Amino acid sequence: MKDYLRTEHLDVGYGGDPVLTDICLHVKRGEIVTLIGPNGAGKSTILKSIIHQLSPMAGTVYLDGETMAGMKEGEIARKMAVLMTDRVKPELMTCWEVAAAGRYPYTGRFGILTPEDRKRVDEALALVRGEELAGKDFRTVSDGQRQRVLLARAICQEPEVIVLDEPTSFLDVRYKLELLDMLKRLARERKTAVLLSLHELELAQKLSDYVVCVGNRAIERCGLPEEIFTSDYMAELYGITAGSYQPEFGCLELTAPGGAPQVFVIGGNGTGIPVYRRLQRKGIPFAAGILFENDVELPVARALASQVITAAAFEPMGEETYRKAEALMDSCPQVVCALKEFGSLGEMNRRLAERAKEKWVRPEELE
Amino acid sequence: MRKNRIMTYVLSFAVLAAACIFLAGWNLCSGSVPLSAGEILGICSGAAGNETASRILWDIRLPRILSAAILGGALAVSGFLLQTFFANPIASPFVLGISSGAELAVSLLMILFLGRGISISSLALIFAAFAGAMTAMGFVLLISSRVRDMSALVICGVMIGYLCSAVTDFFITFANDADIVNLRSWSMGSFSGMSWENVRVMAAVVFLAFLGTLFLSKPMGAYQLGEVYARSMGVNVKRFRTELILLSSVLSACVVAFAGPVSFVGLAAPQLVKRMFGTAKPLIIIPGCFLGGAGICLLCDLIARTVFAPTELAISSVTAAFGAPVVVYMLVKSRRREQ
Repeated sequence: MKDYLRTEHLDVGYGGDPVLTDICLHVKRGEIVTLIGPNGAGKSTILKSIIHQLSPMAGTVYLDGETMAGMKEGEIARKMAVLMTDRVKPELMTCWEVAAAGRYPYTGRFGILTPEDRKRVDEALALVRGEELAGKDFRTVSDGQRQRVLLARAICQEPEVIVLDEPTSFLDVRYKLELLDMLKRLARERKTAVLLSLHELELAQKLSDYVVCVGNRAIERCGLPEEIFTSDYMAELYGITAGSYQPEFGCLELTAPGGAPQVFVIGGNGTGIPVYRRLQRKGIPFAAGILFENDVELPVARALASQVITAAAFEPMGEETYRKAEALMDSCPQVVCALKEFGSLGEMNRRLAERAKEKWVRPEELE
Repeated sequence: MRKNRIMTYVLSFAVLAAACIFLAGWNLCSGSVPLSAGEILGICSGAAGNETASRILWDIRLPRILSAAILGGALAVSGFLLQTFFANPIASPFVLGISSGAELAVSLLMILFLGRGISISSLALIFAAFAGAMTAMGFVLLISSRVRDMSALVICGVMIGYLCSAVTDFFITFANDADIVNLRSWSMGSFSGMSWENVRVMAAVVFLAFLGTLFLSKPMGAYQLGEVYARSMGVNVKRFRTELILLSSVLSACVVAFAGPVSFVGLAAPQLVKRMFGTAKPLIIIPGCFLGGAGICLLCDLIARTVFAPTELAISSVTAAFGAPVVVYMLVKSRRREQ
């Protein structure tokens, strides 16, 4: 399928110096492309240039195969809708009227809505689950509702591509998920091309078909989410020095306590996670083991523990692994055993627990 | 729900129109020579032969009433345009100094020409006022492109207004005595002394500008959501802004050229009309504003010429008495909502 929205060697910026140069983006219909990157890198600048709110400094934007600079405003409006961060506070307008404003490119000289237009507005509001907002004053509804109404407005434009600048800022968790869910549905059901910028890496990772990383003065990388979202690259892109990004579940971890381990945690099967988090909060360096390589809690242990003893998955733990764990455990003054059941493959962990019985502390006693 | 809204619109239009007709009738009847409704009907049908009454009606009251209505409407529409443009509820030709700019230009023209005994046509007056209005508007736009803060914009507008008024006063102080009589009453703002020629010119200019405004109502509606969304919905923002500025300047220039500066109508009328209709939809509000502004000016003119008769008040002293409380009330109310 050919690209619906495409930029070629686009340079963007305000006035004199370009902020970013040589941007080549491609968005197909039904595809969600997300721009990520640190604040101030120029994600918004790119989006503003694409929607021609800013004039591009060089290069071309193609919409449906045509150069956008050569298209009439009305023509562009029927193909592309936007949801930007500008706060709108229109006077005395109901949410229905705000959504209906999106019919602009389809109405006549005086903008009078036909029954067909009204139907489209109702449908768009229903799609964003905003029917009950219809008669409310736009200024009195919450941020999340406002964002949904503005999305309905964009949908009323019947666009083939929709451009959104950080649509989830100011929204609480529920509205964030709902909004992104709607975008996914637009892309899947209406084959709308979606280009957006997002702050929330964990959501970007799950939502996007394609990710574009806007770094310092350039598009650093682009690719599939699984190529982009690695702990190392996220640290590099955002310049993360405290904490880390764990790509497996898309979660963020704060900085590990660091230093010689004071506590040894016998964990596994996810039981250790609350203990690791508690130790991190209290700033107590710790070691963890013995974890199978496929254990669900391994990413958290790796991010937070000073040292982790692991064993190959699907195999009984070997004697050598046990020796390493035992030596490490003996060097720690305290031991937490988070496991209740050890199982037939976890024999070594049972031995560790037995051996350290007198050093056991309960997690809530850790200070 | 939609039926209710349409009913509200129809009802509001009916109330405004009725108020205008009633006030116009009252204006016709009252004055230093009171006329009864019967007399007026008689004069209109050409039956009664009272020459004085007929002259008063045809040459003094009717042109005055018509110009009060037309100019009041023009002022309100101009205010609504500016309020939309600046997304600021207290923008108006007077607040932003546009009226004062027009006033300065017109008074300069009057001093230059009337002093030499050259009469000035209505159109020339409008052109001068338009030039003055555009100059003041240019300054306001220059400031608004630098400061995004709306209260700063209003303060700058008020300052431009003071500056222009100061220069106007300066010229009036040093003008010939003979001219002053004319200038003084004009610079205070008044609907008196309108000729039929004046009425014809202002009606033509205001009517054309009003039509133009109606044609802008669709992009105005989009612009109420802000520039970014307006552009993305297909509004040619640059052209729209230019047209809007030109139209609002023509309208306020026309008012200043004939009646001098009239305060508060351009500010209060759109607000009252928006509240009354419960919407800000331009296609509804523009005609609503025209009727509302006309009604307010008819009422204020009636008060100005009858309450302390035979002494006539400046129109602005009456409009301010009505308008200032409205503005204060609105500010308090909008602040309360923000909290």
